[in-house]
Amino acid sequence: MFTIDLLLNALVAGVLLGGFYAAVSLGLTVSFGQLNIVNIAHPAFIILGSYIAYMCNSLWGLDPILVGIIFIPVFFLIGAGAYRLYYESFERKDDEALRGLAFFFGVMFIIEVGLIMVYGVDFRSVQASYIGQNLRVGGVGVPTRMLVPFCVAVAMFSAVYLYMSRTFNGRAIKAVAQDRLALQLMAADPVKIKQLGFGISIGTAALAGALLIIIIPVEPSVGRLYIGQVFAIAVLAGLGSIPGTLVAGIVLGIAESLVSTFFGPSWAPAVAFGILLLALAFRPQGLFGR
Amino acid sequence: MRMPALKLSAFWICAAVVVLLGIAVTIFDVFAINTFIYFAAYVVLQYVVLATAWNIMGGYMGYVNFGTAGFFAVGAYASVALYNLIQAPLALMIPFSGVVCALLGLAMGYLTLRLRGVFFAIATLAMAIVLETMILNWDYVGGATGAYILREREMAPFGDYVEFLFFVMLLLAIFAVAVARWLERSKTGRGFGAIRDDEVAAECAGVPTLRLKLIATTVSGFLMGVAGAPFALYVGFIEPSSAFNLIYAVNAIAMPMIGGATTWLGPLIGALLLGTVQQVATVTISSELNLLIVGVVLVFFVIVAPEGIVGLLRKWWRPRKWWRPRNDR
Amino acid sequence: MCMKSFTKIGLQRWLTRSLAAIALAGAVAFAAPVQANDTIKIGFSMALTGGLAGAGKGALIAMQVWAEDVNAKGGLLGKQVELIYYDDQTNPANVPGIYAKLLDVDEVDFVVSGYGTNLIAPAMPLVMQRGLVFPSLFGLAVNEKFNYPNYFQIMPSGPEPMTDWSRGFFEVAMAQDPPPKTIALVGADAEFAKNAVNGARTNAEKYGLEVVYDESYPPKTADYTPIVNAIQARSPDIVYVGSYPPDSVGMVKAATEVGLKTRMFGGGMVGLQFASIMTALGPKLNGIVNYDFWVPEPTLQFEGVEAFLAKYQKAAEGQGVDPLGFYLQPYAYAYLQVLEQGITGTGSMDHAAIGEFIRNNEFDTVVGKVSFAPNGEWANTRVLMVQYQGIEDNELATFATAGTRVVLYPAEWTSGTVNYPYAQ
Repeated sequence: MFTIDLLLNALVAGVLLGGFYAAVSLGLTVSFGQLNIVNIAHPAFIILGSYIAYMCNSLWGLDPILVGIIFIPVFFLIGAGAYRLYYESFERKDDEALRGLAFFFGVMFIIEVGLIMVYGVDFRSVQASYIGQNLRVGGVGVPTRMLVPFCVAVAMFSAVYLYMSRTFNGRAIKAVAQDRLALQLMAADPVKIKQLGFGISIGTAALAGALLIIIIPVEPSVGRLYIGQVFAIAVLAGLGSIPGTLVAGIVLGIAESLVSTFFGPSWAPAVAFGILLLALAFRPQGLFGR
Repeated sequence: MRMPALKLSAFWICAAVVVLLGIAVTIFDVFAINTFIYFAAYVVLQYVVLATAWNIMGGYMGYVNFGTAGFFAVGAYASVALYNLIQAPLALMIPFSGVVCALLGLAMGYLTLRLRGVFFAIATLAMAIVLETMILNWDYVGGATGAYILREREMAPFGDYVEFLFFVMLLLAIFAVAVARWLERSKTGRGFGAIRDDEVAAECAGVPTLRLKLIATTVSGFLMGVAGAPFALYVGFIEPSSAFNLIYAVNAIAMPMIGGATTWLGPLIGALLLGTVQQVATVTISSELNLLIVGVVLVFFVIVAPEGIVGLLRKWWRPRKWWRPRNDR
Repeated sequence: MCMKSFTKIGLQRWLTRSLAAIALAGAVAFAAPVQANDTIKIGFSMALTGGLAGAGKGALIAMQVWAEDVNAKGGLLGKQVELIYYDDQTNPANVPGIYAKLLDVDEVDFVVSGYGTNLIAPAMPLVMQRGLVFPSLFGLAVNEKFNYPNYFQIMPSGPEPMTDWSRGFFEVAMAQDPPPKTIALVGADAEFAKNAVNGARTNAEKYGLEVVYDESYPPKTADYTPIVNAIQARSPDIVYVGSYPPDSVGMVKAATEVGLKTRMFGGGMVGLQFASIMTALGPKLNGIVNYDFWVPEPTLQFEGVEAFLAKYQKAAEGQGVDPLGFYLQPYAYAYLQVLEQGITGTGSMDHAAIGEFIRNNEFDTVVGKVSFAPNGEWANTRVLMVQYQGIEDNELATFATAGTRVVLYPAEWTSGTVNYPYAQ
């Protein structure tokens, strides 16, 4: 079964889905790719963002994206605090590889169980005017439920990209994992810089969480399901490359969508992770690696 | 180099005593009025095997494997496949599952040879998901709908079949710990340590890092496979989401971290302690708190006691004893 | 340095304390409790955390309502009833140990099952070994392999659970003019959904429908638009979906967004019966034909169900569970009613006698009259096919009133007529 309409629809759906995947992975690209902090709990922070969006939406009817933006600073502070703890406990002792991973693994569990205790395990979703609309361009349908998160994701990417490439602190974040000493010579405190970077990374989770709950209903443990995808994109992108993350997210989105349309959806995740395994085996530096 | 494994050490005396105790409690039905003990002990011992297997990669070599659940499930499903094929007995299932998972470990080792540290960790995560997708679509072993295995009611001379399973898992646990202890004290183990401390330096110093990594992935995979082999018989029903449950991966990491990851004693202590707490909590607290325990205890230990319980004991108990790894002396 | 000595002292204290706590908890867990002969203890495992916890917690409240009702009436055989239960965390591997604990340590008099096929099956070996009566809650064809005579399953899927499940969907579709010729089958890669779609495939063949699309998807799929587009490209006359709550929502959203053009849509979608999901989807549900077990239609007002729901809804407030309790909860009450009537009917606690009694009698419960086939399933299927009609808002009260979910099948319970085709 193959028609041009079907192909176009699959491509559009893939691009939109990919934009969302990329938004979810952006924080990891910063923390894992640029700061060398393997925050395996990142998806859990995203789910936390989803629940905050849900809470404000159901209590006061606030728009989830607005809530996501409002909570970026809060998440930034959480992230900065978490980095402090991480630095004092592991990084300073040069002990981050094994114990740092285990630490974030534990944090992931604690966030998840905390959410279960407060909200239970029912699926939650949000209401917004753009959920359930559909734009039609020729034979191609564009659901606004996917389009709006895509646009927000692109905007978020642009903002982070500009900050990272145009400001001193942004460039310092990109440099800190590569050469701490050089950074110190330029009178920047590497710990402060990493704290800033990790804060940004967790900050993006507030907005990404809001996007997630717009697209699908959320329950506390769905975060785990995205760990694989998120890391796949960060690695595929070439660690630390922000435009690479957007491209890799869209590549994965299109791959999943095409496979799902033409070969059957049950193979979609295997294809995505197949790409990841191949990339790790043959091009570990990723698509946009240094 | 001496061969410590051949010496009649305290370790082997302990192991022999444990085996005899195991035979005694099953054959003479010490807990006949309370079979719960066998069920709970089976699960705890299964975690001893998993934690010990994980530690060979994670603790000795510093390579974190997030795919424990994947190996465990493949071990379980290899048994189911063999059972469907020739109605194989457990004695055949266990080595078969072990070999399948050893090959899987070897393949994963080859695929991820060029990766260091965290890339390897992510590759294992991805591999677990690919494996789960494959099992989901493999109808011969039940696919997504799951498969039933009807176990015997009794197994002479142990009595109830679960008592037999408990005894088998006890032997597997001792085997796993003995393998880990032997590896740790051999030249191979020192090579693992060199990789953990500085892989590049180790390679420059002539340590065959590639071969050592393959040995570690293979042995670790084998042990995880044997841990999974009796799973379907224990539960009576197997389906992918329970076999690939993330709790196996979490516990396999948390237990060695809590016990102490640099020595074979660490995962043993961690698994016995955390496993028992979990089994008890399941039937006492019985709420979300149960899961919270793992997370909080893990975070607490990695921050406050980086060397785990073994590290704490070592600090307090100055005299050097037999559980110290040889390369520290 | 200072930090180090502090932690050391703290740890020492912490370790001794926690060891003491573990020892205490262990003593509690393993010690046999004091014997009390004035109560009848009923034990079970229930999913209170993990994937099925939403339903599991609701079932537990319904069961507690039952225990209160029975005790208010003076108990069973003059004894008060006590429920003893543990959380299986929706993990089958925990179930065998829990039932061993219930039987050997807590020494319960009866056991009933937890919620869902995956969590019922692991209890079967132990239950069979001891020859216990085993009322079971929403297992799909668990007894097919075990063939255990004292297994009694309360979900009304009928004696051939796999195909009876979707029969109503096909009966409704084939009664239309013109009857459909093609069908698309789609379902999640997980236990129930896979079984539901397998049953539908068998039925499609039986009713002579051509299957033009037959795929499964992983349960964590984020976007269902490609799937619905691929289905639409085959233009099937009807679409049968076997799905779990999150993907049910995803499929419904994608179907309304894409504008799926087909004559019937739905079938085996779990979750559309839950209050939280119905209120979230609201008018998007209109036209969907889906299975259900109990809806507030006049034809299904059985003796006692209203009183039960009132008590349940009061108890459920603020518990984070389904506030309406239509789907599973009456059945969680009813499977204990069957056990209750088995005990009072025989006047004994003898499992063999009670099993014999349950096999040979009909029971009046809040879900109507129940009798069991030899394999422990309902003797006659009562999987309802309902259609969502005339929903205009997202209010909870809308779904609590009759007429929003009209029963189309089986004929005995019909409360309205079908809107055909599924207009989108």
